[in-house]
Amino acid sequence: MLGGGRAQQPIRSVDISGIETPGRWIGARYPRSEDAALLTGNARFIDDMEPVAGIRHAAILRSSHAHARILSIDTSKAEALPGVHGVVTGADIAGAINPIPSAVRVPIKFYPIAVDKVRYVGEPVAVIAATDRYVAEDAMELIEIEYESLPPVADPVAALEEGAALLHDDVGSNQVHHRTFRYGDPDAAFAKADKVVKLEWRYPRYSSTPMETYGVVANFERQPDRYTIWSNFQGPFILHALMTGALGVPGNRLRLITAPHSGGSFGIKQAMFPYMVLLGACSKLLGCPLKWIEDRLEHLIGASAAADRADKVEAAFSNDGELLGLRFDNIVNVGAFVRAPEPASVYRMHAASNGCYRVKDIFVENRLVVTNMTPIGLNRGYGGPQFYYALERVMEAGAKELGIDPAEIRRRNFIQPDEFPYDSPTGATYDAGDYEAGLDQALELAAYDDLRAARDRARADGKLFGIGMAAGIEPSGSNMAYVTLAQTPEERAKAGGRSGGLGTATVSIDPSGSVTVKTVSTPAGQGHQTVAAQVVADALGLRPDQIDVVTEVDTLTSAWSLASGNYANRFSSVVVGAIADSADKVAKKIILIAAENLEVAPEDIELVGGEARVVGVPEKALPIRRVAAQTHWHPAGLPEGMEPGLFETTILNPPMLEAPDEQDRVASAVTFGYVFDLAAVEIDRNTGEIEIVKYVSVHDVGNVLNELVVEGQIYGGFAHGLAGALLEEFVYDAGANPQAGTFADYLCITAPEVPELTIGHFNTPSPHNTLGAKGMGDGSSMLAPTAIANAAADALGTFDVELPLTLNKTWAKANGLDYARAGAARAKVGDGPREAGAVEGGLTGSGAVELSAPPADVWKLLLDPDTLAAVVPGCEALNQVGDDSFTAQVTIGVAGIKGVYNAEIDLKDKVGPHSVRLVGKASGALGFGEGEGRVTLEAVGDGRTRLSYTYRANVGGKVAAVGQRMLGTVTKLLIGQFFRGFDRRLKSGGNGDNGAVRPGFFRRLFGGGGS
Amino acid sequence: MKPVAFEYCRPDTVEEALDLLKEFGGDASIISGGLSLGAMLNMRLVRPKALIDINGLSELASARAGDATIATGTLVRQAAAMKFPELMSGVPLLAKALPNVGHYQTRSRGTLGGSVAHADPSAEIPLTLVTLAGAVKLRSPRGSRDVPAREFFHGLLTTDRRADEMITGLTWPIRREFTGYAFDEIAQRHGDFAIAAVAVAATVGGDGTIAELSFGLGGVEDRPLVAETAAFVGKPATDATAADIANTVAEAVDPMVDLQANADYRRQLVRVLGTRSLSAAFAEAAELRESA
Repeated sequence: MLGGGRAQQPIRSVDISGIETPGRWIGARYPRSEDAALLTGNARFIDDMEPVAGIRHAAILRSSHAHARILSIDTSKAEALPGVHGVVTGADIAGAINPIPSAVRVPIKFYPIAVDKVRYVGEPVAVIAATDRYVAEDAMELIEIEYESLPPVADPVAALEEGAALLHDDVGSNQVHHRTFRYGDPDAAFAKADKVVKLEWRYPRYSSTPMETYGVVANFERQPDRYTIWSNFQGPFILHALMTGALGVPGNRLRLITAPHSGGSFGIKQAMFPYMVLLGACSKLLGCPLKWIEDRLEHLIGASAAADRADKVEAAFSNDGELLGLRFDNIVNVGAFVRAPEPASVYRMHAASNGCYRVKDIFVENRLVVTNMTPIGLNRGYGGPQFYYALERVMEAGAKELGIDPAEIRRRNFIQPDEFPYDSPTGATYDAGDYEAGLDQALELAAYDDLRAARDRARADGKLFGIGMAAGIEPSGSNMAYVTLAQTPEERAKAGGRSGGLGTATVSIDPSGSVTVKTVSTPAGQGHQTVAAQVVADALGLRPDQIDVVTEVDTLTSAWSLASGNYANRFSSVVVGAIADSADKVAKKIILIAAENLEVAPEDIELVGGEARVVGVPEKALPIRRVAAQTHWHPAGLPEGMEPGLFETTILNPPMLEAPDEQDRVASAVTFGYVFDLAAVEIDRNTGEIEIVKYVSVHDVGNVLNELVVEGQIYGGFAHGLAGALLEEFVYDAGANPQAGTFADYLCITAPEVPELTIGHFNTPSPHNTLGAKGMGDGSSMLAPTAIANAAADALGTFDVELPLTLNKTWAKANGLDYARAGAARAKVGDGPREAGAVEGGLTGSGAVELSAPPADVWKLLLDPDTLAAVVPGCEALNQVGDDSFTAQVTIGVAGIKGVYNAEIDLKDKVGPHSVRLVGKASGALGFGEGEGRVTLEAVGDGRTRLSYTYRANVGGKVAAVGQRMLGTVTKLLIGQFFRGFDRRLKSGGNGDNGAVRPGFFRRLFGGGGS
Repeated sequence: MKPVAFEYCRPDTVEEALDLLKEFGGDASIISGGLSLGAMLNMRLVRPKALIDINGLSELASARAGDATIATGTLVRQAAAMKFPELMSGVPLLAKALPNVGHYQTRSRGTLGGSVAHADPSAEIPLTLVTLAGAVKLRSPRGSRDVPAREFFHGLLTTDRRADEMITGLTWPIRREFTGYAFDEIAQRHGDFAIAAVAVAATVGGDGTIAELSFGLGGVEDRPLVAETAAFVGKPATDATAADIANTVAEAVDPMVDLQANADYRRQLVRVLGTRSLSAAFAEAAELRESA
């Protein structure tokens, strides 16, 4: 579906019988072997697995509050429900396991479930195990929790202000990490600059939303005590060690097994490890195996996201466009906890802070802030989109300020082809590249001169047309040690050395002669099986379809290590090297055996077409199958000294992945691919629609292992980047209530939104990889947000653009209007932080009605409970609990969506018959609200009254997360209903005199309580 | 995302369905395509005691053309409607609106009547029905009634349907002569709830003036609306009048505000989409006159 031209091509059949080796399979457009199972419904996902008998189904009750103390949890009613096996709360878990360790040394106890207080909407509060998920969810509604609200922190900048509410009291601040880095002499660079360009912005919080959500089956068994956890996790990597730490068991007592197929991850499934701990602990506590499949509502509010950031950048330029120095100021909103591997997102690009450029003098300041939002984690591009939004926008801004073409300013600063391998001032060693060649190819594919002419013509016609670009390197195959940049050199020295990023693979031939490759690369759709088979086919002279590739992981039986897993483009940068090496070991053995059997020298044997042949004498050959079988069936006949069997494992550590040095420089990755993106857009001034007129993406992925797979990744990365640029955002209101809890409000990109993409390739083979390949897969997910933003900025004539460029936002920008998303907490850049800890509502409004009585009558009637009982539909019970304090029960809803709410209301600043302020809160099954409002009465002619009202409410819970579209409309509806009834009552002469107020009215009037 | 337990009933006749509705006294939901109701059940936003599955009522799955109207059974799938030539040529506005409804996949399940019953303010089918001044057929044990579409939608997800009634069909006025039809909408993604949608039916007289006009708006207020445009009847059916009408209507509406758009933007879309669609409808009508 993606990218017009390619879609027309017929899908190739997997019939490759006509192709003879020795052609190399590597590099071929070999069709993906994974697709048949996926397309025919034969793939087996975690939800298809019932690996043990007696599984109970778990549901997780989650906090509907952003920040609150848990006063009590009563699970008795839930436990009494037939079909319920048991309920586990945070207190139970805290008594059973250790907090999950973190890379940042701050006194935060991170449990996979809330213990004493809740810190984000969606945080687990209780786990219910039942015969099925339906019963578990019924029971969930019977759990009674008493919360004491705490002021929420919904903005990373406000979180740093004096007086902001604290998420973690023991830390004493919401800043949980702060480091500065100085490479070269940035101050001197800025002092000699002709031009300094500064930008400041907010980068939005978004994610990738795989079709398949998290899934865990956990079983704790005795003799020996062992946790076995089946899941669609993409690890095990270092997180296995954290999980065993939390569960308090040695590594071999936590067995992780992955499902045969994954329904996508894009990094997001890294963040499921706390659930694996949680379900494991619950299995032990409840004495039964448990299965939990995350649903979409849980995923959208409680899973993970890429970091939203409040960043600044400064760039120093000379007049001729030389980039002299950079200063990055990053504020990362990590959410409520520093969940591992954070703070890695801000350090992944750190060792390559110069991007593609020769700039040497760089200053970086990183601050990590906790807020009452869902913790962040891996997401495609991990830290890359945020980093390039700084670097590549400031390059474009510099070009504009200096009057240099944006392509030209990049060209002038690129690292040159003869400078590779290139040591970045911040630590990375770039393996190979030719950045200018990539730029030239992109300009050619885009017909850049024609595009510029088109822009001139469009502008002459009064249209908004812009061109933007972005260049970036793509680090792949991470050094496990880059995360330790979060520590000072002294702390690192004390903690002991860290380095490396092991890749593992096993190639074996069994007694029947069939070939199996095992990798611990946990693919989530990337095509590892296909590529691994190509690599091994080349080494063994076989066809890829003769090789089975097993990517399921079992930490008890697989060859794995700390770095094993699927992230940071590590398959083609590291893992293929291990596969190729084990295949070579197998090939060498076969050659030695064949040479002895055929009585020739090993150098004279080649593995071709399934045979070990004597070079130049094709009829003198042995089937590889037979040679391989000999190692099992007839070991005594093997060449002298050869070990029997064909089972070769390679554990490969890329040697360049050294520990960080004392200057905080680290070789952060193995290979450094390159992406150059160019976008041309036209913005409809009348509607804010952004048409992508042209999008070109040129990639250096080293030697291409499989062009089809590479292109699939490029399209996918582009779609993700575009999603961040135009559509996707997890909006939170000022009460830290998530507003985008369904796909109606979280606008996941779909195929029709992806325009045609023009792809260019060129290769600079990597010397860091046996096959010359580089990692790839992040690609344009890192650069498209910036390329699109640059193009939009060019079209709009401003650098003040913020993502996502939604229709309303873009239209407002194009017309010089202010726009803030309804419900969004975040102030615009430059507004400064909001009042720390203030409860500000996403739902605000005001209005006025004219009533047919003088103010004194209106006042009396307004405060008369009988009147209000009559005109407020759904007010079922009212109690006066103080002079100006009331409680009430009201039923509110539209159509079938109804809820019963318990409300509390206080009257304040009563000045009769002029004004009154109302403060209240309400809660019920569908949500809760807190808010306040003011009513003002004013006499108008003819004994009439003008009643004006303003309200501001903070609505949370399900209704806020899934009912966004409805909130404003329902509020208006209820207010309208109320005043119509009230006016009727006035006209009919209703009266009352005790000054009491029925709170139901105020709940409605002031927008809380699930309206 | 599992619903609360409910009784599942699958009646074989309309009478049986009505009996069930009565039996549950308003605490039952009728399900046809289930595209909105399914999600609301799973989110536990609604918790009816019973679901009455009318997918077996094949008598409600057909369409019948009359002299001035086409009657569609409530169970006609959106995809089936698009393949019914008499309906598509007879009710061109519906033909223009339906491709905007959800996606290919959802249209194969979603029904015409279900969309009307759900009454989402942005939904295309209610907007089309209102613009064309069609009607909704309802039945209850008390009898049948036809409610004009313009009176049927009360507000957000709220309609004139009473608890013991079920929608059995929709009545679509057949195209009128010298009338142009246009439909347009803007959403963030294809198939999303429209931020704003417009539907136009404009009849142009022999003198090139507007003889009759219906200008419908969806997604703007809490129900599909037909704008007040009587003042423009008799005015020349030109692009300038189109802009004039759209601008006037945009000022008169009281748009809703949500995460995707504020009131100003919705007003702007009424202007832009309205001008475009009114012009297109005028042009189509003028062309019909010329070729007559």
